[in-house]
Amino acid sequence: MLLFIAAPIVSVVLQSLYTPHGAVLVEVETCTPLSGCILETIIDQDATRELREAEPLGQLVGLAIYFDRGHLALAEVAESWRKSDGLGEFWASLRNLPFYRAMAFTLTFTFIVTPLMVILGLVIAFAVNSLHRHLKGLVIFFSLLPFTVTPLIGSLILFWMIDSRGILGDALVYMVGDPNFSLKASTGLMWVSLIVYGVWHAAPFAFVVFYAGLQTLPMEQIEAARIDGATRWQQVRYVVVPHLMPLVTFVALIQLMDNFRVFEPIVGFNAEAHATSLSWIIFNDLGGETRQFSAAATSSVLTIVGVAILLSPVLARTWRDFKDKK
Amino acid sequence: MASGVNRKPVGFSLLTYGFIVVWLIVAAFPFIWTFWGSFKVELDFFSIADWTNSIFGRRTEMTYGTPFTMAGYEGAWIKKEFWRSVINTGIVCFFVVCSSLTIGTLGGYALSRSGYRYTFWLLIIALIFRAMPPITLVSGYMLPFFEWNVWGILPTTIIVLVAINQPFTLWMLHSFFQNIPKELDESARVDGCTQFQAFRHVIVPVMWPGVITTGLFSFLLAYNDFAVTSMLLSEENRTMVPAIAAFLGSTYNEGQIMFAVAAVVSATVPLFFLVMFFQRQIVAGLTQGAVKG
Repeated sequence: MLLFIAAPIVSVVLQSLYTPHGAVLVEVETCTPLSGCILETIIDQDATRELREAEPLGQLVGLAIYFDRGHLALAEVAESWRKSDGLGEFWASLRNLPFYRAMAFTLTFTFIVTPLMVILGLVIAFAVNSLHRHLKGLVIFFSLLPFTVTPLIGSLILFWMIDSRGILGDALVYMVGDPNFSLKASTGLMWVSLIVYGVWHAAPFAFVVFYAGLQTLPMEQIEAARIDGATRWQQVRYVVVPHLMPLVTFVALIQLMDNFRVFEPIVGFNAEAHATSLSWIIFNDLGGETRQFSAAATSSVLTIVGVAILLSPVLARTWRDFKDKK
Repeated sequence: MASGVNRKPVGFSLLTYGFIVVWLIVAAFPFIWTFWGSFKVELDFFSIADWTNSIFGRRTEMTYGTPFTMAGYEGAWIKKEFWRSVINTGIVCFFVVCSSLTIGTLGGYALSRSGYRYTFWLLIIALIFRAMPPITLVSGYMLPFFEWNVWGILPTTIIVLVAINQPFTLWMLHSFFQNIPKELDESARVDGCTQFQAFRHVIVPVMWPGVITTGLFSFLLAYNDFAVTSMLLSEENRTMVPAIAAFLGSTYNEGQIMFAVAAVVSATVPLFFLVMFFQRQIVAGLTQGAVKG
């Protein structure tokens, strides 16, 4: 098992340091009797093959790929920092670099979807909990659907509905009153729809966890609070919410991680033009005719670093708890 | 909370019921809508003229004589050979679930009964794996796979999926086995069983709830995966999800979007039944990690 986990990571890091060999070019003079001599540059097939066989991984370029235009783009960032007056312009120029564009969307998505779905999940859990016993099962069943359905399929279903010819898109057109209105045309609206999808997809998870938490509520405390004259709102505020707090942290954490790797909705919504994420960049580099392993590997390493940064507070806390237990 | 003493004001419960209804519509309506629409022609599913067309299927009636048509399904399953992807998905899911469960049960049992505290490290690995996009690992797998010439076939994909899934499975089963009292297999050992016999005759009969829950999640992972399968499988070995994604590539040109709609519905139906029959296990699995913290 460790082999399968560690090996690809090592392989990714290795690949990210290398770049494929360029073809070996030689200049050849070909002379034909009629048109005279021309100097041609052709690919020396033998030499290229030899070179590729000698170093199958490619050229060692160190961290160069990390700093090129497709990734951290240090040179471009430095230049736009020098040229632009004011932060606004600087940000605008950053948005043209693929890595920062992806980062911008990934982070926005992560930090908007996570709190929204926690709140929605909480509200659903409270509402379902006050329902009649027989209704609960049915409601839970339907609530689970958006979560269990394949992310790509779920996003496709929503995407078809918000298509300007689909029912939601049609309704929006009607409400806006502009027959050419389309969610797909504008970056901002595309982001909004992706975020709506994200909340739709993840809220059931939060709901189920919170609902389970509500089943273990300390009834004595609530009764005590009521006897002390707490209103309904105060009971929720001072007894129920503190009880659910650890669950909120847990859900928020899992969702931070899940949202950080947002990928399928972008494919499903066909939104590459407006929103990309780190995962999507890797996918794009790997697919297609030219499989750019080095570029993809570099993005992967950067993503792993991002995940590590995101996880570090959690890991530190778990480690402390673990030590305390010992 | 709904005890007799704690009566709710009428307005409050009305609000609650209203909210539940809205949520149910939000959660279920897209599925119902797509299911209904999958029996229509494209001009009804994407209706420019009048949205009621997509409910009553007027264009479909004009084309086929009835408001319901299986044309989308026929195109997807027969013309585009979607059944191949369904079989592939079946194979992948079956083997992923079986192998993760075999490794997970034996490993989880062993870990939970051994003295050393693996829990922390297991938890950490499971956590990191949960956080890492599978696609970052795929890019590491791909080049070696090309070189060994094992790219594009089902077994490699199964192995990769199992590997990605394993820390999670191990962790879940491990915490489940820790809940089975040690005294059970200790008494079996006292009665003269070997460790393996204790496992076979004492633990196996009581372990099914945990195994089913874990198996469900492995199944969902294998079934829902897009990143790994789309990258590691060649065209004829595709599973359902990448096959649907591939439909889209061609559908936008050929106007055969109904094939994709039909395929999407076909792929959702098994999940629907899965949730219906295993709702309790899914809820248990989702909450298990949370409640233990």
